[in-house]
Amino acid sequence: MATKQQANWSPYDNNGGTCVAIAGADYCVIAADTRMSTGYSILTRDYSKISKLADKCVMASSGFQADVKALQKNLAARHLIYQHQHNKQMSCPAMAQLLSNTLYYKRFFPYYAFNVLGGLDNEGKGCVFTYDAVGSYERVGYSSQGSGSTLIMPVLDNQLKSPSPLLLPAVDAVTPLSESEAVDMVKDVFASAAERDIYTGDKVEIVIVNAGGIRREYTDLRKD
Amino acid sequence: MKLDTSGLESFTPFHGGGNDLCGGFSSVPSFELPSSTNFDDFQKKAMQMVKPAKGTTTLAFIFKEGVMVAADSRASMGGYISSQSVKKIIEINPYMLGTMAGGAADCQFWHRNLGIKCRLHELANKRRISVTGASKLLANILYSYRGMGLSVGTMIAGWDETGPGLYYVDSEGGRLKGTRFSVGSGSPYAYGVLDNGYRYDMSIEEAAELARRSIYHATFRDGASGGVASVYYVGPDGWKKLSGDDVGELHYKYYPVVPSSVEQEMTEVATS
Repeated sequence: MATKQQANWSPYDNNGGTCVAIAGADYCVIAADTRMSTGYSILTRDYSKISKLADKCVMASSGFQADVKALQKNLAARHLIYQHQHNKQMSCPAMAQLLSNTLYYKRFFPYYAFNVLGGLDNEGKGCVFTYDAVGSYERVGYSSQGSGSTLIMPVLDNQLKSPSPLLLPAVDAVTPLSESEAVDMVKDVFASAAERDIYTGDKVEIVIVNAGGIRREYTDLRKD
Repeated sequence: MKLDTSGLESFTPFHGGGNDLCGGFSSVPSFELPSSTNFDDFQKKAMQMVKPAKGTTTLAFIFKEGVMVAADSRASMGGYISSQSVKKIIEINPYMLGTMAGGAADCQFWHRNLGIKCRLHELANKRRISVTGASKLLANILYSYRGMGLSVGTMIAGWDETGPGLYYVDSEGGRLKGTRFSVGSGSPYAYGVLDNGYRYDMSIEEAAELARRSIYHATFRDGASGGVASVYYVGPDGWKKLSGDDVGELHYKYYPVVPSSVEQEMTEVATS
């Protein structure tokens, strides 16, 4: 009996990398490392995984960067249409649902992208939305996705663990950290992830969204 | 008049060697095909990659006062807990709830879609859709995607003109009407507690406590269930969330730590 032949070509590749986002009372921090790899090789040390979708809405995505680029272009086009039709920018929760639907429309040939969306909601409070590859999403106080996420999430749970939004009577779930404390936390967790994850390293790109606008910072990481 | 067909001519291949037999004819440009007959398997691998989390416990039952719906809130990807705060009870409209088990994205997307269809029905027919109708809409959609890898195990619970309604709908296309259902990896444990304590004529508080305990016991024994046990009640005025309790804290509420009497007490050895 002949063994079944398997396809020796896959349309997907994993370019590695890690993304993190933390929401605060009036700010949101979104960060991603800048290493792009394939297999055991590094393709570049200087690749941005973060893209600004709207005025107060920023997305960071790890996974297959070609799919990520296609997804970013798709969302940018949809946002432009929205601006033409409604004469205003899309809010972060609206963009979050748009991203969910966009991912689910390719349910049977998914975008290999693990996304984290961060920004300010309509009341100016920080919000973070975390996704799986096919579009299921949830608003959370903090999240990480990508190759280093299993290393980073337990640390964030330990430092930031906020009461679940499902509890009744409801308990306020805003991170008590200040903006600079959150940025320091992000730098620390990336430094730890770079120690033990081969796909995370080189630099961290940190984007901070607050009422004043969007600000960008870079920190160096281990390059090995 | 001769037609200009220059645009239809194929270009000569860039590697001329090996084409001597063709003589002066330019051969069709070709590329190496992978030596395989199976070109579509990557789709199955892609589906495996987004393999949905079936680890969950949800339950719903009809009793004298209406419908009680409860669920845990853990999402797992293999052995990793991806979230402890997933909303598994989805509010389709103010008088209908759906539960989520199986693929999170599948359940979220199709319940949102069902909510839209229910609203369109209301606008077109000037009356609310029945639970029977809503569950049939969803079941027909899922049946049309049968075999394509969707994973949905949901219960539609609501109150319409005929009273309380409860249906189980899954991605195989099945649709069952019933009075007691539990779906997910923790459902055997939940059934044990639920079936034991169920009576039709319970009060709302008793029914809520039965639902809460069933979820708690399922999260205690099933590793893929946990987080927060949410309990919702659906009555003639619509649904209302009754409670959301962390199951870790429920454990100590049901089994408080009793300081046990000490038999032998260790004393400090006096150092001289």
